[in-house]
Amino acid sequence: MLASSTIAALRKGITAGEITPRDIVLDVAKSIEAGNAEIGAYLSWDVEAALAEADRADITKPLGGIPIAVKDNMNVIGQPCTCGSRILAENYTAPYDAGAIQQLRAGGAIPFGRLNMDEFAMGSSTENSALGVTRNPRDLSRVPGGSSGGSAAAVAGDLAIAALGSDTGGSIRQPAALCGCVGIKPTYGRVSRYGLVAFASSLDQIGPVTKTVEDAALLLNHLCGHDAHDSTSLKVEVPDFTAAIGRDIKGLRIGLPKEYYIDGIHAGVSASVQAAIRQLESLGAIIEEISLPHTELGVATYYVLAPAEASANLARFDGVRYGHRSSIAGNLMEQYTFSRSEGFGPEVKRRILLGTYMLSSGYYDAYYIRAQKARTLIRNDFTEAFKKVDVILSPTSPTPAHKLGELKDNPLAAYLEDVFTIPVNLAGLPGISLPCGAVEVEGKALPVGLQIVGKALDEATVLRVAHAYEQSR
Amino acid sequence: MPEAHKIDIKHVAKLARLSLTDEEAKHYANQLDGILTYIDTLTRYDLDGVAPTAHAMPVYDVLRADEPRPGLTQDQALSNAPKRIADQIQIPQVIE
Repeated sequence: MLASSTIAALRKGITAGEITPRDIVLDVAKSIEAGNAEIGAYLSWDVEAALAEADRADITKPLGGIPIAVKDNMNVIGQPCTCGSRILAENYTAPYDAGAIQQLRAGGAIPFGRLNMDEFAMGSSTENSALGVTRNPRDLSRVPGGSSGGSAAAVAGDLAIAALGSDTGGSIRQPAALCGCVGIKPTYGRVSRYGLVAFASSLDQIGPVTKTVEDAALLLNHLCGHDAHDSTSLKVEVPDFTAAIGRDIKGLRIGLPKEYYIDGIHAGVSASVQAAIRQLESLGAIIEEISLPHTELGVATYYVLAPAEASANLARFDGVRYGHRSSIAGNLMEQYTFSRSEGFGPEVKRRILLGTYMLSSGYYDAYYIRAQKARTLIRNDFTEAFKKVDVILSPTSPTPAHKLGELKDNPLAAYLEDVFTIPVNLAGLPGISLPCGAVEVEGKALPVGLQIVGKALDEATVLRVAHAYEQSR
Repeated sequence: MPEAHKIDIKHVAKLARLSLTDEEAKHYANQLDGILTYIDTLTRYDLDGVAPTAHAMPVYDVLRADEPRPGLTQDQALSNAPKRIADQIQIPQVIE
């Protein structure tokens, strides 16, 4: 079963002539066909298209011949891009490649398979997908996390070698934590957002979901880079991230925010993270308590900025140029309104309404501007903390995976689960989640994720710490 | 920030180009009220004089060279249009 292997191992096999890209695509397809009915990670997969690409793959390139599964909100030419929504499910075929996909192809990789997600990436359980249920491969009665739940479930469930996800408030890191794999959100601006269907443009970032830290570094090497099609894309040098791993962490300073180690964290999650801290200390890292005094503002700030930006971004879905068009509309206004009302699901409507309200006349300053100011304080907290430490450590999520349906219709409770991941997006910083143990619940071992956050553009140190920890376990 | 969040949900829905049944309107109004009450956390801090942050990694004045470059063809650009006549998107009549 090659889908259970890593990019690094398969690349060795390809280079040694032991295996071909075609073998790999066929084997991954077999795994999907065998396992997807149960896990529901994929919404679609086109074996013929992937085989055609496999046969002409340039295996001399660093990712040559490796199929990578893609969250269904990134455009890949000729493929669907549903965003987990009815509004794009019927009749949308991507007419171009997203910037991140162009980068992957330039590295020799093959985009293969479309992964389920919360509708328009709004959610943290993948239950908001209008197109299917995704289950946690470690316990099929539980959610995989979200919004990149399909990405994490595919990788952790060995239905993909590696995948792309997108992260607006934790949507790569949290599902990686809940499914027990590695997920990294790069610094804002590192990876092009061109062709990623926008949710909250000032927060969205694409990143890899992988089985190992090494694979995350390999993929990041190719995902990162300036793209003229994205005006927020940074013109900065992309280091070789694989050079950062394999180095020791003696003397490296790790900060524990006192505001994060609070009541409300599941006891098993807390125990796993404490054990990881001791482990890192034994590897020579220096552990220090730090303070991020405005932590309490994070979730509230996010739930102003993200819905506000989303309400503007999703205005484009009006039944005119693409997506669902209502068949019962008599005039243009009805066409807009009916198409959107028929096409969007409840969580998307909830956030559009929230964002529209907060941006409406008389409320803009009270909500949007105020939240942007709070964002400054949150960002300053990190700037101050990073004068003292090299990375910041916390649980990725305060709890292990919920049961399917457990937080249904309690949006606020679900939002509060993102308390450790959201501030990282608000500050634009790189953050990784990697497995750090498990909690035994009802006879199942539910994975716990460790989040490591670094300074802006310092993915290298994040990967270095993550790799040192991963290898020491 | 307003004391009680008496959202005129039907008005907001109209601005957002969404139609809600009476039941949906009541449901969303209740949920949004709870979320907005939580968002009032932001009023507990003095934010006067703090500069707003729009982007965490700001870049300014991004311009490209004003030169023709390849883009989508007309066919590609229209390929996802729900209704199309010749090289145009068809919508309901807007001028009486």
